[in-house]
Amino acid sequence: MSAATTLNWAAAPRGNAAVRFESREATRETPWVKWTILGISLTFFAVFLLLPLVAVFVEALRKGWETYWSALIHEDALSAIMLTLTAAAISVPLNLVFGVCAAWAIAKFEFRGKHLLITLIDLPFSVSPVIAGLIYVLIFGAQGWLGPWVAEHDVKIIFAVPGIVLATVFVTFPFVARELIPLMQAQGREEEEAAIVLGANGWQTFWYVTLPNIKWGLLYGVILCNARAMGEFGAVSVVSGHIRGQTNTLPLHVEILYNEYQFAAAFAVASLLALLALVTLAIKTWVEHRACSAPPSREPRQDAAS
Amino acid sequence: MSIQVRNIRKAFGDFVALDDVSLDFPTGELVALLGPSGCGKTTLLRIIAGLEQADAGQVLLDGDDASGTHVRERQVGFVFQHYALFRHMSVFDNVAFGMRMKPRGQRPSEKAIRAKVHELLALVQLEWLADRFPAQLSGGQRQRIALARALAVEPRVLLLDEPFGALDAKVRKELRRWLRKLHDELHITSVFVTHDQEEALEVADRVVLMDRGHVEQVGTPEEVYRQPATPFVYGFLGSVNFFHGRVDGANLLVGGDHLPHAQQELDAGSEVIAFARPHELDLVPEADGNTGVAARITRILAFGVTARVELDGLNGASGQHFEVELTQQRVAELALTEGQTVRLLPSRLKVFQRNDAIGASA
Repeated sequence: MSAATTLNWAAAPRGNAAVRFESREATRETPWVKWTILGISLTFFAVFLLLPLVAVFVEALRKGWETYWSALIHEDALSAIMLTLTAAAISVPLNLVFGVCAAWAIAKFEFRGKHLLITLIDLPFSVSPVIAGLIYVLIFGAQGWLGPWVAEHDVKIIFAVPGIVLATVFVTFPFVARELIPLMQAQGREEEEAAIVLGANGWQTFWYVTLPNIKWGLLYGVILCNARAMGEFGAVSVVSGHIRGQTNTLPLHVEILYNEYQFAAAFAVASLLALLALVTLAIKTWVEHRACSAPPSREPRQDAAS
Repeated sequence: MSIQVRNIRKAFGDFVALDDVSLDFPTGELVALLGPSGCGKTTLLRIIAGLEQADAGQVLLDGDDASGTHVRERQVGFVFQHYALFRHMSVFDNVAFGMRMKPRGQRPSEKAIRAKVHELLALVQLEWLADRFPAQLSGGQRQRIALARALAVEPRVLLLDEPFGALDAKVRKELRRWLRKLHDELHITSVFVTHDQEEALEVADRVVLMDRGHVEQVGTPEEVYRQPATPFVYGFLGSVNFFHGRVDGANLLVGGDHLPHAQQELDAGSEVIAFARPHELDLVPEADGNTGVAARITRILAFGVTARVELDGLNGASGQHFEVELTQQRVAELALTEGQTVRLLPSRLKVFQRNDAIGASA
């Protein structure tokens, strides 16, 4: 999934190249090629993306608004929403700080083990979320390495909120860093060097020079990180213990309702997650738009020094 | 302010960028660091600025050791090859940056900053661009803004890293002249790095020639051009023809051919390499005797004020190419044609001992 999550900064300004390509006799394809390709992609889109999305809302509202609403304001649903928000509220800022630090270290410094670090950042993407959950069970569980120590100090991690937060942090770890590393590498360190020579201290350099240059990439990473934090199922499922009203996040709550044949309620809660996805997409599109038009309005260049 | 560097050494892994370099940059002069890429000139500039740490040696600013001084306290202005303007700030904010970053106690009022920025923009003749962003400027304009930004903090020295390297030839030439004029107005000690010999000779008060981490020669543009101290300098400043030969009294033996030379101090029989610039060579018709190096004309380029003749060496100089610059009149006089065999006769010859020519001299 990592491949799809990188913000494409360069693509936008060349939007009308396709139009020109299509309008020229010499480069135009025959109609049947065009319509076949278009047909295949639209069919896939409809069957695999649009249909399920519509189905979620249709199923959720099958028994009317009242059932829909009552499923959402059910005590367990509300506590699941709270827990999901809490997990996201902790893991997103943590990964924001980590992501900026890691990207900074990788883009601006040379050090031993740099390649190892770059590779390891991707680990949460490449490992199954179930394994991610199990790691924490093995460490903090009753029979785990730190299990006795944890029990002794009367701290609950596995089958409790801290475990859920830990699993979420692990799974969403790469998003911000992955977004920033190529961006900061491309920008190099000349602007920071210029700032330092001009007398700025480290903090001023970061705040006035580095941060403005990466802000759209950073925001983009945070949005994706947040979406994943709220939607994570596998890793959280392993460490949660599924205690109703206590350790159920939204995705887990959906599963429980579904397994109890409360389809309308399950889809009602699922529709919340679907809405979240739509909102994420909307914000993401807006950020992409802003990022690409960030160097303010393109005016015709003035001719060289006069 | 004067700059002195003492015995600077810097290596990147196995690559020695600077090997025991010592130089003086007197107050108020505009000095060019000239050399091919990889000769260490940019590294030296960055060490003076403090952006790079030397492995050994000292940088003295105004006589004080600056090795322990942080970049931001060195009061140097640095102009980067690729401008390094802050892309999210307007031209005005770029120039004001250095003043705004000062500690609260030393920071000028916003009004004073405004006045200073406009003064500097007027100096670089770009006042009308204050509200633009770097992306909206041409390369030449960006570099002038970068210079204004560097001057805003009233640096004691100005360091420019290939300041015109990224610009096209015409703009480069204009900015060169402009930089010289600006320096004549401000008289701030300046060092600029370039690989363009024409640029260095035209702009600088003094030129430092560097090769492979060593200083080859220091002198005024005239000195280094007229009296190159090493074969490298000779070859680097302008086109050059060279002959490998052996000393035989007042002549050099190049294969079976003789070349007269005027240098007395050469040991008889030693292997040498001799240099002559294209305009210091004349062509004479192939005749009896063996004075002059035989060569065959491959091409005559007779447009322009002077004519350029390209030749392939024969006999002792076979496999070598030569380039000779003659007046149109001389070409007509000799009735040269392509394919003709002639002899090359230098009016001036600079001879170096062969061992000099191979290893770079210290």
